Amino acid sequence: MMHLKETELCLGLPGGGEADTLKVNGKRGYSETVDLMLNLQTNDQSSSSTDLKDKKLQTSAKNNKDLIKPPAKAQVVGWPPVRNYRKNVMAQKSNTEEVTEKVVTTPGGSGSAAAFVKVSMDGAPYLRKVDLKLYESYQQLSDALAKMFSSFTMGDYGSQGMIDFMNESKLMDLLNSSEYVPSYEDKDGDWMLVGDVPWQMFVDSCKRLRIMKGSDAIGLAPRAMEKCKNRC
Amino acid sequence: MSKRLISGADQVLENVLENVLIFLTSRRDRNAVSLVCKSWCRAEAHTRSDLFIGNCYAVAPRRVTDRFKRLRSVYLKGKPRFADFSLMPADWGAHFTPWVYVMAGAYRALEKISLKRMLVTDDDLAVIAKSFKGFKELVLVCCEGFGARGLGVIATECRNLRVLELNEDEVLEDEFDWISCFPSDCTTSLESLCFDCLESPVNFEALEKLVARSPLLKKLRLNRHVSIQQLYRLTSLAPQLTDLGTGAFGLQDIIDPQQPAYQEPDHGHTFAACKSIVCLSGFRDLAHEYLPAIFPICANLTSLNLSYAHVDAQQLKSVIRHCHKLRIFWTLDSICDEGLQAVANACTDLRELRVFPTDPSENAEGPVSETGLLAVSLGCRKLQSILYFCQQMTNAAVIAMSNNCPDLEVFRLCIIGRYRPDWVTGQPMDEGFGAIVKNCKKLTRLAVSGLLTDRAFSYIGQYGKLVRTLSVAFAADGDTGLKYVLEGCTNLQKLEIRDSPFGDSGLQSGLHHFYNMRFVWLSSCRVTKQGCLEVARRLPKLVVEVFRRDEEDGGERGDFVNTLYMYRSLDGPRADAPQFVKIL
Repeated sequence: MMHLKETELCLGLPGGGEADTLKVNGKRGYSETVDLMLNLQTNDQSSSSTDLKDKKLQTSAKNNKDLIKPPAKAQVVGWPPVRNYRKNVMAQKSNTEEVTEKVVTTPGGSGSAAAFVKVSMDGAPYLRKVDLKLYESYQQLSDALAKMFSSFTMGDYGSQGMIDFMNESKLMDLLNSSEYVPSYEDKDGDWMLVGDVPWQMFVDSCKRLRIMKGSDAIGLAPRAMEKCKNRC
Repeated sequence: MSKRLISGADQVLENVLENVLIFLTSRRDRNAVSLVCKSWCRAEAHTRSDLFIGNCYAVAPRRVTDRFKRLRSVYLKGKPRFADFSLMPADWGAHFTPWVYVMAGAYRALEKISLKRMLVTDDDLAVIAKSFKGFKELVLVCCEGFGARGLGVIATECRNLRVLELNEDEVLEDEFDWISCFPSDCTTSLESLCFDCLESPVNFEALEKLVARSPLLKKLRLNRHVSIQQLYRLTSLAPQLTDLGTGAFGLQDIIDPQQPAYQEPDHGHTFAACKSIVCLSGFRDLAHEYLPAIFPICANLTSLNLSYAHVDAQQLKSVIRHCHKLRIFWTLDSICDEGLQAVANACTDLRELRVFPTDPSENAEGPVSETGLLAVSLGCRKLQSILYFCQQMTNAAVIAMSNNCPDLEVFRLCIIGRYRPDWVTGQPMDEGFGAIVKNCKKLTRLAVSGLLTDRAFSYIGQYGKLVRTLSVAFAADGDTGLKYVLEGCTNLQKLEIRDSPFGDSGLQSGLHHFYNMRFVWLSSCRVTKQGCLEVARRLPKLVVEVFRRDEEDGGERGDFVNTLYMYRSLDGPRADAPQFVKIL
């Protein structure tokens, strides 16, 4: 008979000072800490009870292949044993790192609240990071970028905020000017002109921004039009 | 004039012996020599130049300086490893100050100091700088308490400095420009400069000048504030580098008016110059599109540390397939099982692998699993050391590794979900770890995890005869586990256990062995104060410390002791124990 104690999962340290642990009395060993989920199922109020037989009987039906996952993220001090130094470094990184699909973490993992992308401008001595989620339209992004790179002006976007790619001559005028246009690297790794897709789609697929001279961006135009045709 | 009353002939013999012993470097051999007889002990003490002290409280500084008169190098270790995981209260101890003052008085010729997990102050560093005229090497690992000012004094005063290495230290951010403190008027003797753990930016201009006048520099590890453009300027000044910590390996994103106009860094050119690099680390703020820049040097690499960069399987593959000579590889689990397979394919000479978790929470998906472990065991037959974090594991994969990698000396498997059994069979992980201790005949270090019963510990006690370090967390059924280990592992030196149901009778079974150990750590177990008192009574030379962690208020454990930390000391209990530490 399998010792069911072994399948018990503990949320915390015996005697540990977590918010989740329930009041206990007297001697308390680790086998007496109770998995919250078990509590919910058995409806057993007394967690300070040292007699776990009832709980064990109720879990006997459980297939021990089922992982009894604690419902909440357990806050166990010093576990897993990753050095504080490393933990701090990684925590700092996930705060500022751009969102990429390539990082395999928990679904809806860290960093989904912001969408930081790096913005570089040809000729500028530095680059910046912007959180695309802070803006709701190309115009807002344009204003923010203009503030950041004060010598920079963005071409006219038209009423819907999208470049009219179907109008080739209008596009060519823009690109032939000495004004700067923003381009971005999308999910596929291609460099596209900003403004070719609806705003939300842009936020989801933009990995990086580069503000280049209109004349340099000409090479992007045919591809942008190609993609636009495929999407429409 | 000799103060000792020995005959002239004996003195000659001792002198001859000293001349022989000078060549003996291994400290284990030297310890053996010193036990032969008093004469040999004296001779050995006269000729020992490198001293290693594994527990700074095991002996008082005076005793060291009384016995060893001619030390060139001292390596001191302070807190036990579990202190790295916030399991030890701050201000527990491990102060370097008493040591530095005593050594300053005794060892004029001291050249090298290495410290691990000790509390070092700026004043201590100043004492080093001022007291040891020919000081050459300072290595600080996992230390804290000092800032850039202390580093500045070292840089200023130690004109013969060869090595300055900061490794995962917590350095106070005091914004002091220590790099500029190195003498600017001549070339330096610097061979190694490592400050990758420093949180504040360094003065790059000064750093560049320093590198330019350090022709002997072989090892340079930069912190994350050094951008890739700056890195390239440094590597072009130091093509002789063999060990490079790249800093950010990404673009600078802070405003710097001094910086020339933005240009894409010239990748191809720069690393091509550094043909000697064999050890590469850093990537603290990696811009992935720059990773190919390291391709030209991959074929020479013996050590690669990507563990601070989120590299995925595809990106890793493009790098690792060139790295045929790789012996040491540290990474995040973001490379997935697929990435590990690529490692197994390319790095047949691999000796050490460490896979760290990107997401340390217990319910995470876990990008690496038994699949990756198995792949590595099949491809890297010469593996000697592995540290593997994962969410799930099977006994089969661990058993396979024990069979495929017989040279394993260090096996540390951390299944992040506590009490997780083999997810395929539902069985505890006993058989897997059992196979490791049984088949890996050279095993000296073991860390266990997952669901474990006493059976696992009986295996460890039965087969783990060479095991010196054992780490246990959230394991086992009861006391017998501890008994098996303490009775069976005759070479056990360091035992660290947390949150396992080991109690007083288990503890008692180690009485015959505790004097031979560097330390025993038991936290959140079932050891009572009575049990600890009993041990302290039976073993008077053992310092038995009992304390609790900082955060623990409330949650009374009754009789159970929160943390037990004990070690043998030649000089009785320490005088600097803080209030919350009770020495029984």
